[in-house]
Amino acid sequence: MSDAAMQHGLSGEFEAPLFGAYSKKVGMWLFLASDSLTFGALLFAFSYNRIYTVPWPTPFHVASITNATIMTACLLSSSLTMVMGVFAAQRHDRTWTRYWLLATMIFGTAFIVLHGMEWSKLIDEGLTIPWFRTLTGGSSGELADVSKAVPQFPATFFGLTAMHMLHVTIGVIYLGVVAFRKWFLPVIGVLWLAGFLLIPSNNVFHYGIHALLIGLIVSSIILFLKPKDYDAQDVEVAGLYWHFVDLVWMFIFPLVYLMSTKIL
Amino acid sequence: MHDASAHGDTKGQYFWVWGSLLVLTAIEVVLGYKQIFEPVRMVEVLLILSVIKSALIIGYFMHLKYEKAIMRWLLVISVTGCFIIMYFFFFPDADRVLRLGVK
Repeated sequence: MSDAAMQHGLSGEFEAPLFGAYSKKVGMWLFLASDSLTFGALLFAFSYNRIYTVPWPTPFHVASITNATIMTACLLSSSLTMVMGVFAAQRHDRTWTRYWLLATMIFGTAFIVLHGMEWSKLIDEGLTIPWFRTLTGGSSGELADVSKAVPQFPATFFGLTAMHMLHVTIGVIYLGVVAFRKWFLPVIGVLWLAGFLLIPSNNVFHYGIHALLIGLIVSSIILFLKPKDYDAQDVEVAGLYWHFVDLVWMFIFPLVYLMSTKIL
Repeated sequence: MHDASAHGDTKGQYFWVWGSLLVLTAIEVVLGYKQIFEPVRMVEVLLILSVIKSALIIGYFMHLKYEKAIMRWLLVISVTGCFIIMYFFFFPDADRVLRLGVK
């Protein structure tokens, strides 16, 4: 009802929306408010462990900090391209909306790939949790000692960053579906199959890649139930989700990476 | 729907916000790597910078600045309130564990 009042300006005929926004946008804001509490709890848990664990390890060398800084720049740039996508959608410029959303997805994918490489490097150097050790067979080194002495560090680090990486992955799929609809489904399928076949079975991403399969199934169901052409409102709502993912990283980056920098 | 032309916001404004966010990130990295402050002061400074960055993202990129006041305040107050409650649950206990020496 409120959407109709907003779009057609039929004041008096329909009840005015309480928040002055269409319902999809209010729904997304409410979801983001609840999701911020999920990340808030994880960040508080990380900080809690950090306070009571003395000494807290500081294992991130300059290579890790440089990598995380580039990842941050990717996310910030993706937010800019997302805003441009919303502008294009409001101009009803379908072509440029797709281009900007594609640019956003490329930045997001770059973030995931860089993060995956960082994870693999840390795991190879011995930073693990028990489940990873059953896959990789364990290793020795400076970070292996950290994992044994302070298991809270790898547990909170991997838990927090895995949750964020999952959100970025969902965001890329979400934008792909909004931009390309059913044509994006085969792309997810090919990426999942390629990842599953090419990533060795002793790498954690051999199993993590199944997030794409779940995304493929959920996206297929949504597109089958409601095969619509997504409009400017849908692009704006997708943008809200994407900016939120960026926002969360603005807290993870300093608290997890910069506060655990190893100064040589 | 947020209509850019209705609020007079331009694309140039978003490039300024993006540039500011990159500059603030660079400042964070320099502070973190140079270890200019002692750890507790460093957390405070980094968190202040993060809050400024998140305000820029929420206000401009997420367009909350242009929403109705009731929506702005309801979202900000409710989420901030929850974080304050979490703060009083988590940190006094972490400090207690630290002082008692319990691992």
